Amino acid sequence: MSSILLKHRYSIARRMTQISIIIFYILANTYGLKLLEGNLSSSILLDTVPLSDPFAVLQIFAAGVIVSANALIGAAIIFFLYAIFLGRAFCGWVCPMNIVTDTANWIRHKLKIDIQYIIITRNTRYWILGLTLILSVILGVGAFEYISPISILHRGLIFGMGLGWTIVSAVFIFDLLILKEGFCGHICPLGAFNSLISRFSLIRVNHNANKCTQCMECVAICPEKQVLSVVTDKINSPILSGECTNCARCVEVCEDNAMKWGLRFKYRSIQTKEV
Amino acid sequence: MQSLKVGSNKSKSIEPTSKRHFFKQIFVNSGLSVIIGVLWASFVNESKNYALTIRPPGAISENNFLALCIKCGLCVEACRKAIGDRDYPLKLAKPKENKTIGAPYFVPRDNPCWMCVDVPCVPPCPTGALDKNLLYDDKGKLNINKSRMGLAVIDRETCVAFWGIQCDVCYRACPLIDKAISLEYNKNERTGKHAFLTPKVNSKFCTGCGICEKRCITEKPAIYILPTSIAMGKLGPRYIRGWDSNDEMRLKEASPDVRLPKTGRSENNPLDYLNKEGRFDE
Repeated sequence: MSSILLKHRYSIARRMTQISIIIFYILANTYGLKLLEGNLSSSILLDTVPLSDPFAVLQIFAAGVIVSANALIGAAIIFFLYAIFLGRAFCGWVCPMNIVTDTANWIRHKLKIDIQYIIITRNTRYWILGLTLILSVILGVGAFEYISPISILHRGLIFGMGLGWTIVSAVFIFDLLILKEGFCGHICPLGAFNSLISRFSLIRVNHNANKCTQCMECVAICPEKQVLSVVTDKINSPILSGECTNCARCVEVCEDNAMKWGLRFKYRSIQTKEV
Repeated sequence: MQSLKVGSNKSKSIEPTSKRHFFKQIFVNSGLSVIIGVLWASFVNESKNYALTIRPPGAISENNFLALCIKCGLCVEACRKAIGDRDYPLKLAKPKENKTIGAPYFVPRDNPCWMCVDVPCVPPCPTGALDKNLLYDDKGKLNINKSRMGLAVIDRETCVAFWGIQCDVCYRACPLIDKAISLEYNKNERTGKHAFLTPKVNSKFCTGCGICEKRCITEKPAIYILPTSIAMGKLGPRYIRGWDSNDEMRLKEASPDVRLPKTGRSENNPLDYLNKEGRFDE
């Protein structure tokens, strides 16, 4: 039992973080607990610190209006938190949609659904990110905020779901039947935005090629396989791609201790290629 | 089953790394973006034009409100805390409610704005979609009476007061009694000995809180809130109350074209055209 817990320690921690964040928001709305009020678009931490989604604020700017200071400060705090330290951790540790898509992926794996009729490149999300900003300029409103299934799910959990569950189910079915890791890995412009801003963030998973036995367990489990090129290329290096969600599934799956938490420049000096 | 690969072309074998492939990919993806963009834009454009939505106090003009609102629900939480779980009006629009998804609104017939004196819903707004500055009074305090959420409109055919039945429910319910809703006294010609006590809304004071709509006795309310821009007409600069010096100010904002309309006749001096164009009976 304890070995199973150990094997899934980061996945458990991620679920706990995701769920407790949602619970804090629900408690704030239902019982007035002033820990974390609002929702992921914009919130107030401990009744003082404003927090805002930098992508939402960027869309508002693209729409051609100026937000007031609170949202600006909040967006800056979140932006630097992820850009400097946490990387794309939002996607794996905070986003409620991650629970839905991970479940879809797990069922997909269990049912061995491996037919892919549609192949969409992972770069599609950057196109959708660009499209979001262009549409925001043209329409004068934040374009992704109008349709975001993430917001619909998250708002639904806090303020009442209504028919929002249909849209969440659509994402679930898309990931389950149409395309593996379809929403988070291919479509979501928020994920694309987070990938871009976390290009230079500090906290990274480090790969030690000397310990690696090339079992490829990490590549099998990683939701963004392309970031693990250091494993297939047998390089001692941190995983430097911004598309890595810091979910640490590779760390917990690795039997050889080749994947470890660390900083981005740990192995910079000894980038040796093993033969 | 052949797979549909987005952004690639299998008919001609081009090296996936070649420059030509790269540009081809950009070309195809741009095309896809246009298609998705059109669908996306039409949905957004539809959903931001649900005109009959009553916004919280302090909301700026609807277009700017929709652009600025980040849909965080802090106003809703403040409202719920102030009013209590049962009667709080504000809610965030859900899908299929025919409102802009996620933006706050209220339905006065369900729960009107209860006009909290300290206006708890406006200060938490992080983006300025709800603007405190619209609500400050002369003493520099937030004043809910300065809010303009909408305007009460009376349907004189279904309002029983216009039948001659005495009902002053909306008048009594109005937080700005005798200002926003006043009673007019008129002679009831049908009976010859009774009076009509009919409600009248004054747009100068009505905040659009909707308590009148909530309290109205008819099955479907005969007095109801509409967004001010829909409830009211607009005069434009061509009609001015000449006896009101304040109203004359509007003329200053008008374009010169409106102030001095140019027609074939007005090109000439009035004296000239009266003399030259001949008389009407000629």
